[in-house]
Amino acid sequence: MARQSSRLESKKVNSELLTLTYGALVSQMLRDFENLEEVNKQLERIGYNMGVRLIEDFLSRTNSGRCLDMRETADKIQQAFKMYLNVQPTISNWAAATDEFSLIFDVNPLTEFVELPADVSNLRYCGILCGCIRGALEMVQLEVQCQFVQDQLKGDASTEIRVKFIRRLQDATPAGED
Amino acid sequence: MVIYGVYIVSKSGGLIFNHDHNIPKVENERVFSYPIDLTLDYDPKRVTVAFGQKDGINVGHVLIAINGIPVNGSTTEEGKDVKELIENEQNFPLTLKFSRPKMTTNEKIFLASMFYPLFAIASQLSPVPKSSGIEVLEADTFKLHCFQTLTGVKFMTVAETTQTGMDVFLRKIYELYADYVLKNPFYSLEMPIRCELFDANLQGLLEQIEKTGITNI
Repeated sequence: MARQSSRLESKKVNSELLTLTYGALVSQMLRDFENLEEVNKQLERIGYNMGVRLIEDFLSRTNSGRCLDMRETADKIQQAFKMYLNVQPTISNWAAATDEFSLIFDVNPLTEFVELPADVSNLRYCGILCGCIRGALEMVQLEVQCQFVQDQLKGDASTEIRVKFIRRLQDATPAGED
Repeated sequence: MVIYGVYIVSKSGGLIFNHDHNIPKVENERVFSYPIDLTLDYDPKRVTVAFGQKDGINVGHVLIAINGIPVNGSTTEEGKDVKELIENEQNFPLTLKFSRPKMTTNEKIFLASMFYPLFAIASQLSPVPKSSGIEVLEADTFKLHCFQTLTGVKFMTVAETTQTGMDVFLRKIYELYADYVLKNPFYSLEMPIRCELFDANLQGLLEQIEKTGITNI
């Protein structure tokens, strides 16, 4: 939503609208592609393309500086989830090297009315979120790996996204930043 | 308090947007008799005044019309050679119109890509590590302000030296860019920006600054 004169007070929309639109997208894709793996891949790709654009919106709204360690990055991701989906994931399960953490969701607005049929149990329904995180971080020169390790849709107690730092994209760093 | 122009340079250094705002138009027309009291420089691309500044016609101005007929490069729109016209006594008196040269789109693209390495050099020249690139570049007639986002896009404005609050303005353009350019599903990244909504909102912002000042945006 485009913002009007006052910043940060972006237009609010009912989250059900998003949930239902996203549901329609996924079910259409299941119809269009025979293969579940292909759907997973496309969802991730859509998310990636959203992420590379959404990051600019996030930066222009929040005045964030560059993150210099993974903890800061985790905080920013948490802040972004609050901003765009109005959920606050918990950050936990840090790896000893602090290069890997989990985002844990007690509620996930995208899956509010969803029950996965048995024949698509391999579908990563919210794969778009992983793509989005990966795309956004790539634009600020961070390469990460991002995947679901637990999913409420598959009977787990909570939904967990694992984010792993791979490397900083040195060549892509803008001049005056390195 | 005047803003002359807004430019956006992509991550890879290409000019993806430019907007000229409020550039004062300087045009002077005068009737000349033979021989003309100006030294003209006949370049195939344009006819410029080389020497003899007078009546608002300054050195560096280009010839844009003869007797009301527009001049393209070194020929008139009718196909006559400018040099022959001006050097032939029988054609006089002639009405010549001069104006300040305007930058062509190609020249702007060229200059924008020149700024890119300058910006990078500035950060390397710095005696202190981790310096930013050029943020302000000042000359006697204008000040260039540059804001680079974390993703590498540069937003630049050229404004009068006394213009304040350009950092706020640049951030505001960034917001407009995030909204009206990146959320446009038909815009592909790194390509020139041709989004009417963006143009309109930027224009609105510029008008608002002119009316109520930069503090109210």
